[in-house]
Amino acid sequence: MSILVFVESSEGQVKKTSIEAVAYAAAMGGDVTAIALGNNIENSELEGLGKYGASKVLHADDERLNQGVIQAYAAVIAKAMEDTGAEVLVLANSSLGNPVSARVSVKVDASLVSNVTDLPDTSGGFKVKRSIYTGKAFAVVELTKNKKILAIKKNAAEVKETGGSAAVEKYKVTISDNDFGAKITNTDKATGEVLLPEAEIVVSGGRGLKGPENWGMVEELAKELGAATGCSKPVSDMGWRPHHEHVGQTGVKVSPQLYIAIGISGAIQHLAGVNSSKYIVVINKDPEAPFFKAADYGIVGDAFEIVPKLTEALRAAK
Amino acid sequence: MKILVCITHVPDTTSRISFTDGDTKFDTTGVQFIIGPYDDYALARAVELKEQQGGSITVLNVGGAETEPTIRKALAIGADEAIRVNAEPGDSFFVAEQIANVAKDGGYDLILMGRESIDFNGGMVHGIVGEILGLPSISPVMTLDIEGDTAKMAREIEGGKEYLEVKLPLVAGCQEPIAEWKIPNMRGIMSARTKPLKVVEPSGDATNTKLQKFERPPAKGDVKMIDAENVGELVGLLKNEAKVL
Ligand SMILES: Cc1cc2nc3c(=O)[nH]c(=O)nc-3n(C[C@H](O)[C@H](O)[C@H](O)COP(=O)(O)OP(=O)(O)OC[C@H]3O[C@@H](n4cnc5c(N)ncnc54)[C@H](O)[C@@H]3O)c2cc1C
Repeated sequence: MSILVFVESSEGQVKKTSIEAVAYAAAMGGDVTAIALGNNIENSELEGLGKYGASKVLHADDERLNQGVIQAYAAVIAKAMEDTGAEVLVLANSSLGNPVSARVSVKVDASLVSNVTDLPDTSGGFKVKRSIYTGKAFAVVELTKNKKILAIKKNAAEVKETGGSAAVEKYKVTISDNDFGAKITNTDKATGEVLLPEAEIVVSGGRGLKGPENWGMVEELAKELGAATGCSKPVSDMGWRPHHEHVGQTGVKVSPQLYIAIGISGAIQHLAGVNSSKYIVVINKDPEAPFFKAADYGIVGDAFEIVPKLTEALRAAK
Repeated sequence: MKILVCITHVPDTTSRISFTDGDTKFDTTGVQFIIGPYDDYALARAVELKEQQGGSITVLNVGGAETEPTIRKALAIGADEAIRVNAEPGDSFFVAEQIANVAKDGGYDLILMGRESIDFNGGMVHGIVGEILGLPSISPVMTLDIEGDTAKMAREIEGGKEYLEVKLPLVAGCQEPIAEWKIPNMRGIMSARTKPLKVVEPSGDATNTKLQKFERPPAKGDVKMIDAENVGELVGLLKNEAKVL
């Protein structure tokens, strides 16, 4: 089986979630080609995809693709599927990958499933498990078209280093002005931070922290853990924290190894965004806070005392 | 300005999710249905844009007769008319094709919907509709303003946002903080009863996936409580028991 993997980068580096997508494709078995777009990716990063199972990397190094223009990306990836004869396209769920893959599915007439959580079952048809109801359930769906597109959720595959270096080939693209109808005029992005959707540890604060001025201790704990920071919806609604940190039903869905919730009550809509975390720690002064029911470890007490102590204890344990 | 707002009819965010018929059907017992929260944002922004610029709002739902109370709610919030495509929303492709077929000859300047539904969380319908119609599709959209024939938007990306300008018409998948949810007032509720709700039959029946069965996640174990005076114990447990540090 020939598999194409759409690889995204950030600040010159291949995204961790895209490495997972390559590892996922490799675990499916078959011949894995990756494709990266834009000339703002380090070549060594692309060669490095060989370690995770890509035999070849197509690099569409057209400068116009340095920004993630949805239509142009879809055009290039659909063409690459054709050129490589790929039956399956694998990509990581992301704010770019999902809208792009939706358009690709029409161009190549493929079955499309997002939020895929496991490797496909190909014993009789081609079936995958996907997360639905914002993590509250799963569905097993069959992909009925010859071509298939899988947008995978974080942790859908184990990342193993097996292979060597991948051959990187320049990939010539023909994109029309029409594909650039959407003009990206500016981007406003945190740099050098651990990105929330990719983070292995997330430290999240809620309304219990009283105000934006109290986030220093949250950030300090996050820094000690190498974690990303998140928050509850009211916190971003009130502008205490930027919107892209908002976790939950209507915000970012995270799947870290460890989620630490501080002063968050655990409303069902918040839990919907964190229920695929491996471990959850809850710090709340109210022993009746619903979050404790969803937690693995809990501490009842005042966050303003506990959080600095926890940071201290982590430092001491190093 | 002509705006089409596509809405889903989904279980309230507090619903208990369970299944019947050998885990092949969603159990609707005791479940309250709502306009998808993201679609509700799209609708709220449509109402604001109409207030600013004039025009009309059509809401569209692909679903059986049971979705009509949800559609009426959208009319009460401020849509002028509604269309229901009388079919089970089979999968993303099916729904998108129905939307595209309705939109094709409608002359809409904006086709808005939520970034994803909260039942299947596919996040794909806007892109499929855009591709079928040959229009730009932008998602997830956090702000949307119209200046002349141009839409100015902010789209959320991992760790921030990007700003875009796109000529109308276009398709957008919306999310907060594009607008605040609107609660229908008495007058809205009264007038919604008489606003036109047209039922049309589906055109085509193509899907590209087939649902096999549902599964529930494994039950969560009990929480281990740690004394506030002994935070060090938590560090030990995270290191040695959970092995996440
Ligand atoms: C359709 C819909 C979608 C929604 N989507 C989301 C979503 O995506 N994400 C989301 O988060 N919410 C969402 N909500 C809102 C959700 O219902 C809750 O209102 C919200 O999560 C509450 O945020 P919170 O826990 O920070 O605040 P609160 O519920 O006010 O909880 C604050 C907590 O802090 C604790 N506390 C106070 N002081 C201290 C202290 N000194 N030390 C320790 N603990 C303290 C309190 O005991 C309390 O448990 C949604 C709601 C709806 C209706």
